[in-house]
Amino acid sequence: MLRDITLGQYYPADSVIHKLDPRVKLFGTLIYIISLFVFKGLPAFILAAIFLVVLIKLSKVPFSYMVKGLKTIVLIMLFAAVFNLFLTPGTKLVSFWIFTITYEGLKNAVVMMVRLIFLIIGTSLMTLTTTPNELTDGLEKALSPLKYIKVPVHEIAMMMSIALRFIPILIEETDKIMKAQMARGADFEHGNLIQKAKNMVPLLVPLFVSAFRRANDLAMAMEARCYRGGEGRTKMKPLHYQKRDRMAYLTLLVYLAAVIGLRILWTNVLSGMAAGILPGAFPL
Amino acid sequence: MGIIKAKDLVHEYIRRDEEGNVESIQTALDKVSLDVKKGDFIAVLGHNGSGKSTLAKHINAILEPTEGSLWVDGFDTTEEKNIWDIRQRAGMVFQNPDNQIIASVVEEDVGFGPENIGVPTDEIWQRVEESLKAVGMLKYREHSPNKLSGGQKQRVAIAGVMAMQPECIVLDEPTAMLDPVGRKEVLEAVHELNRKKGVTIILITHYMEEVVDADHVYVMDAGKVVMQGTPRSIFSQVERLKEYRLDVPQITLLAYELKKAGLDIPDGILTREELTEALKKLCQS
Repeated sequence: MLRDITLGQYYPADSVIHKLDPRVKLFGTLIYIISLFVFKGLPAFILAAIFLVVLIKLSKVPFSYMVKGLKTIVLIMLFAAVFNLFLTPGTKLVSFWIFTITYEGLKNAVVMMVRLIFLIIGTSLMTLTTTPNELTDGLEKALSPLKYIKVPVHEIAMMMSIALRFIPILIEETDKIMKAQMARGADFEHGNLIQKAKNMVPLLVPLFVSAFRRANDLAMAMEARCYRGGEGRTKMKPLHYQKRDRMAYLTLLVYLAAVIGLRILWTNVLSGMAAGILPGAFPL
Repeated sequence: MGIIKAKDLVHEYIRRDEEGNVESIQTALDKVSLDVKKGDFIAVLGHNGSGKSTLAKHINAILEPTEGSLWVDGFDTTEEKNIWDIRQRAGMVFQNPDNQIIASVVEEDVGFGPENIGVPTDEIWQRVEESLKAVGMLKYREHSPNKLSGGQKQRVAIAGVMAMQPECIVLDEPTAMLDPVGRKEVLEAVHELNRKKGVTIILITHYMEEVVDADHVYVMDAGKVVMQGTPRSIFSQVERLKEYRLDVPQITLLAYELKKAGLDIPDGILTREELTEALKKLCQS
């Protein structure tokens, strides 16, 4: 179960998306997230979906990889959906006991689910096509102006990349500890939520201990290989924008403009038209 | 003077309580002296807690001696300004392969060391390729380290050290967490580097079989170097090794027991071939 988290796991392939400058992918993800919260109306939603599908096809990462990442956040999505479903005031649709489902609530819940799904897939696409090192290199370079106001950009980037590298290792370790404790009679599967959380405590203690030990070892290994912060460091893969990166930026801008344009269009014209054609239709 | 020279090296782990008073002193190294020639393959043997890892960390200037001194390629490790020169010259490979790989792609990890010492980009690529080739991991250059076997990971770690073009490599129990196949892979890679590139190797281990091909062996116990010499001279003293809670290689032990039982076999037999030879001779005479 714990192995299913794809966030922060690189999928090697030879594709246009993989080759893009990490800064493009970082800004791209940011723009995509913004577009998700800006979009309004069915056409914009379709545009966002098409954009994502095209990117996934281009990246040559199997679609199943993206979906795997979704499994882990099902709970959060359900929370968001349920709250939206029951707690949005508006026109009554169904009501039973103390619960009322409103038309607006249903709409909000669906929109929220779609947004979250696209958000997770979009960000997984970035982490699946960018090695953590590239990602942090990109972050470091994109944020490098902050150095002048004494933000330790290099250190932050390095910490991030190490954190990402250790996610799978710590997950494996959790699995191992869990199995070792299950073999001695620990129960992680039964009981209510609070009991389950309580049962996790004996899992967390050894995990923390081992994480600290690993951190200590790693720090020593890094020092042994002459690591002394960002100063005087050269890059194995220095970042330079190329033609494809400029093209990608252009595409992103066009996409963002289209989403914003559709929003304006939708609020002013299209929604009225849609309501006219299909009364009671589902205006997102 | 050899590439690594230690003179009366002492290291004490001092534990202090909250007020800073000394609670206990544990002497991990007690007047250790050694002199390693360039290009040698050195093995350091010892039981757990014999101080062999502490010694390894001194060679890489991770630990500082409490007393005595240590020179690596002429640089004194007690001087702060020499630290980076020393770490570049004496690379270090640790026990746990997972805890020393920094990047999530093999080639980026090998490039980490050269990046730190400010090697120009083109040369980094060249060094990465050479080092991966030297340990036979070139075809895995774009893989994630998480998907490699223990022996492969350890070879990547060795390549990462090689890419800094060190004069010597200290391996601190590099095979302790590996299966027999991985152990063989790593040792072969290390021997290859020693033979072909002339890198001085200091192998710290408690597996006797790994020591047989070394040029010189040091045996440590309770922070002291208690025996030193060629593998043959060390392993001919079976009784003494047992005192230090060390096993001899099985073949050596067999030869030793046979000799004790009255057969006329020479001391310090290290390989199966030698034993067969000796036994054949015995049969003929």
